[in-house]
Amino acid sequence: MKVIVCVKQIPDPATPGELDPATNQLKREGKLILDESDSYGVEMALQLVDAAGGGEVAIVSMAPNDEVSGMRTALAMGAAQGVLVSDPALAGSDALTTAKVLAAAVQRLGGADLVLAGTESSDGYTGTVPEQMAELLGLPSVTFAKSVAVDGGSLKVDRQTEAGYDEVTCPLPALVSVTAGVVEPRYPSFKGIMAAKSKPVETVTAADLGVSPAGWAGAGQTISEVAQAPAREAGTVIEDDGEAFGKIVEYLEGLKVI
Amino acid sequence: MAISTIWVFAQEANGAPTSGTLELLTKARSLGGSVAAFVGGDASAIAGSLGEYGASTVYATGDLGGALPGVAVASAMKAVIDGGSSPDLVMFPQNYEGRDVMSRLSVKLDRTVLTNSIDIAVDGDTVSATTPVFGGNTLVTATFTGTGPHLVAFRPKSFAAEPAGGGAPEVVSAPVPDLGSTAGAAVTAVHVEESTGPKLDEAAIVVAGGRGLGEAEKFAMVDELASVLKGAAGASRAIVDAGWVPYSMQVGQTGKVVKPNVYIAAGISGATQHMVGMKGSKNIIAINKDAEAPIFGVADLGIVGDVHKVLPKLIEALQARG
Repeated sequence: MKVIVCVKQIPDPATPGELDPATNQLKREGKLILDESDSYGVEMALQLVDAAGGGEVAIVSMAPNDEVSGMRTALAMGAAQGVLVSDPALAGSDALTTAKVLAAAVQRLGGADLVLAGTESSDGYTGTVPEQMAELLGLPSVTFAKSVAVDGGSLKVDRQTEAGYDEVTCPLPALVSVTAGVVEPRYPSFKGIMAAKSKPVETVTAADLGVSPAGWAGAGQTISEVAQAPAREAGTVIEDDGEAFGKIVEYLEGLKVI
Repeated sequence: MAISTIWVFAQEANGAPTSGTLELLTKARSLGGSVAAFVGGDASAIAGSLGEYGASTVYATGDLGGALPGVAVASAMKAVIDGGSSPDLVMFPQNYEGRDVMSRLSVKLDRTVLTNSIDIAVDGDTVSATTPVFGGNTLVTATFTGTGPHLVAFRPKSFAAEPAGGGAPEVVSAPVPDLGSTAGAAVTAVHVEESTGPKLDEAAIVVAGGRGLGEAEKFAMVDELASVLKGAAGASRAIVDAGWVPYSMQVGQTGKVVKPNVYIAAGISGATQHMVGMKGSKNIIAINKDAEAPIFGVADLGIVGDVHKVLPKLIEALQARG
């Protein structure tokens, strides 16, 4: 069984996000890390390949400046190889262009029985790329999977819903987007980290993949305004002296809700 | 040419249009032009309400037979567009189904999407949508540069739903065409994780717990306070990811958006992801050990203290009042 996982390399979420005042793009400078929400997809892929009795997990990513540090984390977890699309022409790409690029990268790896992606990234959270990729690849899809099992030529998926979850079946090949938290992503072992350094990662451009126009030129949208939202004013903050619960009771009384 | 036709992807729950559907119809009719609702399924139960909120036409695919709506509804939409009835704008709710249908349609039409929007403006041929970023501190407005149909998804509760007193709409059949290699994803069983009390996104009072509770068992305090106040219990993403409580309780960017009269955040630091989902609450009370926690920046009443000490006393005091 061959599984390809889409991974995003993002700025450390611990550092606050910022827009570049010149371009109004999200700043994505400095060292990038594997988006935690994609580590679940990598883990799920590794488990599915194990359960299938063998196969390969490969990864695809799009990032500026030939950035591979996040991809190396996925390779250290156990993925075998990757394709990185890195191209200054892709700066400013919208979700649709991103999906075109990643779908082409999946095809460059010869396609897969299953393509996995996170439901949305932790920094841009447009959340449309997986389903757009499925359409571009001509695949059926299940989004928001919280568990995935392969049963012969089809998938059994528990799909999160607003009210609970649905059991869904889907024929292979297919694309599935996975939610966080259901599998526990493994920590790369020392051996894995060493091995990851020599695993093949092919770096290609949008033109290599035949995707054009890319970047701002292909985005179909432009940022017309960036404004500060009206700030919500902070109220009273008090230190609990053992009796602060009384302040909450008073506050609720004032609102006439108790 | 201004906007002449707007479609709203309409959803049904328990025999009625969802509140999100009615919000979008209300906004759509204020933008000028004619409004149509597009239903993935049989529309007979909800067509009347859709008309009342401003839809003059209702497209309905008919029963989807359990198929996931994403590719099915998008294909049905594409077929209507290819048939010559193209909208200038399609409005989607920012939820699972809305996002799936919009994504598929975006590829079929080769059009970009704007997501997580909270407002839209139409000025002649120019369509712009506004999205909050960085926890809602910054508002980014993006304008479509290409030709329509423009595709925009809106966060819940972005607009207030108001009936227009419209009459019965024309119902048009929009069957799902052959899906080829993209067919086959289908629901075989539905599981509802029932919670007692009011629904999280409709409750007047929400009590939410976060990582500061320390361990899963302590969430019982949050449940109890919610129950004493006849409200609903919610959670931060951190403890949903940790498996303490089900996803259906998550408040935030990737969970539910709530705007209750009172929101009590217990042991929640106030990550961007969480704030987007609750900042619209009328009154916010926060209890957190860390005086620097961002949640205090939006709280009307902030208690710097240990939730394990404050909550039991608060519950006791409220119970004593009967």
